[in-house]
Amino acid sequence: MSFINYSTREINCKIVYYGPGLCGKTTNLQYIYEKTNPAAKGKLISLATETDRTLFFDFLPLDVGTVRGFKTRFHLYTVPGQVFYDASRKLILKGVDGVIFVADSQEPRMDANIESLENLEQNLVEHGFNLKLIPYVLQLNKRDLPTAVPVDEMLKVLRYKDEPYFEAIAPKGIGVFDTLKACAKQILVELSKK
Amino acid sequence: MAATDLIMYEEEFQKIKDVISKLRIDANANVVFLVDKNGQQIAATGDIESLDTTSLASLTAGNVAATDGLAKLIGEKEFSVLFHEGEKDNIHISIVGGRVILVVIFDERSSLGLVRLRVKRCSEELNRIFNQIVEKSEKEQAKGGAFFDSPFAEITDEDIDALFKD
Repeated sequence: MSFINYSTREINCKIVYYGPGLCGKTTNLQYIYEKTNPAAKGKLISLATETDRTLFFDFLPLDVGTVRGFKTRFHLYTVPGQVFYDASRKLILKGVDGVIFVADSQEPRMDANIESLENLEQNLVEHGFNLKLIPYVLQLNKRDLPTAVPVDEMLKVLRYKDEPYFEAIAPKGIGVFDTLKACAKQILVELSKK
Repeated sequence: MAATDLIMYEEEFQKIKDVISKLRIDANANVVFLVDKNGQQIAATGDIESLDTTSLASLTAGNVAATDGLAKLIGEKEFSVLFHEGEKDNIHISIVGGRVILVVIFDERSSLGLVRLRVKRCSEELNRIFNQIVEKSEKEQAKGGAFFDSPFAEITDEDIDALFKD
């Protein structure tokens, strides 16, 4: 649910990074934070455990500029990926405009990817959203690891609709901005249809 | 999309700003701000220059959402008031009309009792304004939605690409 303020001419949209534990959601945000001009970003907030596992969410507000006279800002959130944090994950999907699913390319994590994707689908339904209809992008992360599953095999099991997908190596930034752009673009196109 | 987008127009925005400015003075508070349940800031007043209001809004919404989850677990509908007490500053969070979050930050120059009293009065007024916003949207939509012409209706690929040229 984007928030349009006609008075201050601002529009805010919410993007959520979803995916199994340790797939690199927080790393995506950290890279975006590092590479963004300080004037265009807010603080990166991480509610994490002492071992740097996401406990509730990471949050990064990002100003991307002006569209048709409206200052456009994206609020990026990650969810905690670990299975037992499902109650927290659900809360973060509230009012989402677009979802980025970060999949872990390592062979032993394929089941976790599938489980997380099913979990996303269900949790969206509880908020009245349909994954088939909302802006959605798939990121295949950790492409540099030796046990990475070939791309077509991953797509066979993880591609949900004809969503755009990107290969990524998040700590090096490969694919990070492409993924974000693709999602932001879908959200703005969706807005223009209203 | 599941929920309708919240669209704020000048008239209501001004009314809301007036109401929270009055609350800030009446309650002797430092900062008053209004956030929607998704973490978007709606309006803020007071000494906000030194505050990261975007982060505050997001964390407040997260806090309220988590507390909502707790309430449901024990069979409550919601906890409509949250209060955090610090050494110098305190935060009073309340839910208005089940849809927006009113946050008051105050120090020793005010008191919890005073803040609670003033917030209660102000909440009724805010609730009325938000009802008006909903009513107005419904009426306008019934009329054919002329009022809802999105500024993005004619957005082009170039507009979107321009946003991201680094």
